[in-house]
Amino acid sequence: MSDAYIYDAVRTPRGRGNAKGALNGVTPATLGASVLNALKQRLDLDTSDVDDVVFGCVSPTEEQGGDIGRISVLMSDFDWSVSGIQLHRHCASGLDGCNFAAALVGSGQADFAVGGGVESMSRVPMGAGGSAWIGDPDVAMRTYFAPQGVGADLIATMNGFSRLDVDQYAVESQQLAAEAWQEERFAKSIIPIVDKNGVTVLDKDEHMRPGTTLDVLAKLPSSFAGVGRDVGYDRLSAMRYPGVEAIDHVHTAGNSSGIVDGASAVLFGSLAAGEKIGRKPRARVRAFATTGTDPHIMLTGPTPAAQKALKRAGMTASDIDIFELNEAFASVVLLFMREMGIERDCINVNGGAIALGHPLGATGGMILGTVLDELERRDAETGLINMCVGQGQGIATIIERV
Amino acid sequence: MINTEVRPDGIAVLVWDMPDRSANVLNEASIAAFVEAVNAAVTDPDVKGIILASAKSDFIAGADLEMLQGFADGDVLPAEEFYAYSLEGDGLNATLRRMETSGKPVVAAITGTALGGGFELCLACHHRVVLDAPSIRLGLPEATLGLLPATGGTQRLGRMLGWRKAADLLLSGARLTAQKALSLGLVDEILDQNALLEAGVTGPAVEREAVIAAAAQWIHANPDARQPWDKRGFTLPGGGYYDPVGLGDSTALITKVFVSTQGNVPAQKAILTCLHDGLLASMDAGLRVECREFYGLLADPTAGNMIRSLFFNMQRARKLERRPKSVDVRKFEKVGVLGAGMMGAGIALVTAQSGAQVVLLDRSMDYASKGKAYSEKVLQKSVQRGKLSASAREEVLSRILPTSDYTDLEGCDLVVEAVFEDRAIKADVTQKSEAVIRPDAVFGTNTSTLPITGLAEASSRPEQFIGLHFFSPVDRMDLVEIICGTETSETTLAQALDYVAQIGKTPIIVNDHRGFYTSRVFGTYTHEGAALLLEGKPPALIENVARMTGMPVPPLALLDEISLDLVLTVRRQTQADLGSAFEKMPLDDISALFVDELGRLGRKSGKGFYEYDDGGKRLWPGLAEHFPVGPMNDDMVDEIKQRLLYIQALETARCFDEGVITDAGDADIGAILGWGFPAYTGGPLSLIDTVGVDRFVRECDALAQKYGARFQPPASLRTMAERGETFHPRGAAKSAA
Repeated sequence: MSDAYIYDAVRTPRGRGNAKGALNGVTPATLGASVLNALKQRLDLDTSDVDDVVFGCVSPTEEQGGDIGRISVLMSDFDWSVSGIQLHRHCASGLDGCNFAAALVGSGQADFAVGGGVESMSRVPMGAGGSAWIGDPDVAMRTYFAPQGVGADLIATMNGFSRLDVDQYAVESQQLAAEAWQEERFAKSIIPIVDKNGVTVLDKDEHMRPGTTLDVLAKLPSSFAGVGRDVGYDRLSAMRYPGVEAIDHVHTAGNSSGIVDGASAVLFGSLAAGEKIGRKPRARVRAFATTGTDPHIMLTGPTPAAQKALKRAGMTASDIDIFELNEAFASVVLLFMREMGIERDCINVNGGAIALGHPLGATGGMILGTVLDELERRDAETGLINMCVGQGQGIATIIERV
Repeated sequence: MINTEVRPDGIAVLVWDMPDRSANVLNEASIAAFVEAVNAAVTDPDVKGIILASAKSDFIAGADLEMLQGFADGDVLPAEEFYAYSLEGDGLNATLRRMETSGKPVVAAITGTALGGGFELCLACHHRVVLDAPSIRLGLPEATLGLLPATGGTQRLGRMLGWRKAADLLLSGARLTAQKALSLGLVDEILDQNALLEAGVTGPAVEREAVIAAAAQWIHANPDARQPWDKRGFTLPGGGYYDPVGLGDSTALITKVFVSTQGNVPAQKAILTCLHDGLLASMDAGLRVECREFYGLLADPTAGNMIRSLFFNMQRARKLERRPKSVDVRKFEKVGVLGAGMMGAGIALVTAQSGAQVVLLDRSMDYASKGKAYSEKVLQKSVQRGKLSASAREEVLSRILPTSDYTDLEGCDLVVEAVFEDRAIKADVTQKSEAVIRPDAVFGTNTSTLPITGLAEASSRPEQFIGLHFFSPVDRMDLVEIICGTETSETTLAQALDYVAQIGKTPIIVNDHRGFYTSRVFGTYTHEGAALLLEGKPPALIENVARMTGMPVPPLALLDEISLDLVLTVRRQTQADLGSAFEKMPLDDISALFVDELGRLGRKSGKGFYEYDDGGKRLWPGLAEHFPVGPMNDDMVDEIKQRLLYIQALETARCFDEGVITDAGDADIGAILGWGFPAYTGGPLSLIDTVGVDRFVRECDALAQKYGARFQPPASLRTMAERGETFHPRGAAKSAA
């Protein structure tokens, strides 16, 4: 098994994932094609050298259905000899797209492969794809299905993270993201979305609220107290975690990831393939891993996934310069920091999905690129990207600059 | 059995008329006859259409529960053969499928109650005409006995109404009037009985002909009827299952069923599975899904336990099977109720509703009137809900006379005493009323704890003295625990049973012993909750795991409702009565601590094990200080579940052993109706049978080792284990029914 190298990483800006979002009129096929075109242009790539495009997508139905990976290729300036595939592992999909592309390269079955993902949450809403997990009584009862926010609140309750703790974290996420934009730390990867007539549709992350204060956040209503009570998820949690008397529903729209649109693409290749086209890699993939955990609480996967990847790489947490854990919910990050003994100043240093948004299938490729940019900016070496994942899973990828 | 009459217009009328039975039911013989009749009608080229009818007052009451109990007792074919028996050849499902796809229109002419399998036959018809008589009920009540409709009911109802409405009806087992069935779309046409009467149609036979005529009319108008699901382009009504709206509703429904049953009732889940797996497939595949799920329920003990207790033993109790036969039935015309508190007020209401005159007596007219006001409130609610007319309300209320004057009790043929649990007060009111009431009057005392024989000492006619233990709220709780004292006569017992039947409640008969049956066994549940707390089990865990057993209220919350000062008073009374024989229980110290030192009396004082405010209640954080939490382990949840149920089952076995209760069926239904022992178990003795007496004894011995002698099984239980005996002999229900 040879190493897989990262040659470049790009992403779209994240548009608000609702009817008022700037990307609402932009199709998923256009988003996917845009990031592929950017890779081609930036590297002056002869795309017939690329073997496959592996795109994550969490609602692969309607206009995102029928293999959005290949559709993105067909809509882009890529050579039609490049195949495309769509994969789905909930929030991990985008990072899985990267890992699978890296695996194709590492196993010698591709010279170049693109990973990443596409998600237009404003056009194809979350849950549009349906799932036996939710609707099949045998599956739902076996797994104690509840929405992930209930699991996030359960994590907060069981670990004593108060509303203030999670809101405090959210305020920091907004501040860090605002600073990152001010200092143009994302500039290296952002691909503005331009329409057919050359008019710029969006060139900046749209979901951020830089002025957010604790006072503002404190006023937001809980997102999951209602369904917890009315649908009965709280009583369901009591069956699964009977030691918990009552869930403290601390998460709100303000301390959870935002719903946004976007796409990401990362080019992986072997060292030889890079040499052949005269390009130097920016980083190397050290290891990646996935893991399964209890599907009801659902979001406790980041720690075991990170530990598995670290072990596979022969590393420990102290070998990692910066961590990037997707901010699905504030409690997920707080738990990971506690379990891994990580200080706040080396994780999610440029904010995260609470401020910037989480375009489900695209996010993994986006935050991998963010880490790569930040390692270069700091002239640091190693980064660990990980995510909590639906149905009780975790994913982690370790990269290292070369 | 099934009489087929092919009429001149080419319509075959298949009339259900089972010989030697008052009602038609689906059993092996009737199914075979019906299948033969359908096959003949379907293949006869002269038959243009088919009508299903019944010669009985009921249409078809449902499946023969003895047959189902037999299935559930293990008297069932291997799965593969069972599928074939139902789905292939002359199987009932296969036959109904042939019938509905034969190209000949089939109509159900429903002139009486059609439930379960009986209504499923109607659903397999293309059209349903019903006589709108007030007594007729239609529906699929299988879920109430832990089963599901297995003759296509889940599949046809789901395809007719969509999965949401079908789920409501299937999960609740609702029995609907013809009007309601029409409005929900379960039937297509109703014939108003009053309108028929005005048109000169009187009597069952003529009514039946009128319904058959309406059915025939539809057949002539629809010569090539097909079921909606057999037409091209059929989609489920009410929208899809996996679109975002459908998914939101289905997760809500699944969650509701899961948490309300705590996963303990397989039939509730299986019904959802039939709708999900079956409705998203073809009709034929759906029938196979339904058959598969039904077989799974037969293979599980729950349905058999529920049928035994909730149907057969409940029926035996309600039919007063244990009533001494030699005594004439007595109807009570005038009943005195002593004490107009919560119990007395409720007893007055249900007695007045049974048609008797009620004298509601208390210390003052003011108290007595307050007791009557309870009836006014309850009846007014019924009027508001349209369940009672204003005149009927007035009639019931006019039968209740509030008073403080004992002379008003003159002529009473029954007195129910419901004053404070205090011997002196009880003795006083007993003597005062016996001075006035009829010499042959029955004297019933409503006590939950005081031994009857002792209370009877105050009576000049102890043989006419009996315990009538009601449950609160009286108008909603179905059970009356009848307690015979040493002197109580057979006649008095028989007449007390007559009274319970008159007020429409379910009696169990127990013998005199402290706490009788229900209070004594129920007490062990709260004591075990207290023991768990003392051991250092986390309070939230105790409460949640108690809910997981299916007990309606967890023990600490329950103690707060009962109030700890009452617990303490009763225990101290018991200690005073028993002297050296008093055995200390875990709750004794806790209730003393809460009442004497902490002033936390329970909900009524706003604080107990819980803290109460407008937002609800939360466990009192101070519990951690008084009952430090000990080490946890993975088996804890299962063990707590086991302890909370076993301690009750064991105490029931002791009551059986000591002769406090002598009928296993009474023990089970008393537990289910009296204190909400989970019905899915069939009751505490059914639970022991299901676990296996031998294993139950071994597990109790292990618990006794760890937690003390209260888990020590009685010798009689060991003997039963050795002999391989059970409380409910297999097939007992068959011989009893």
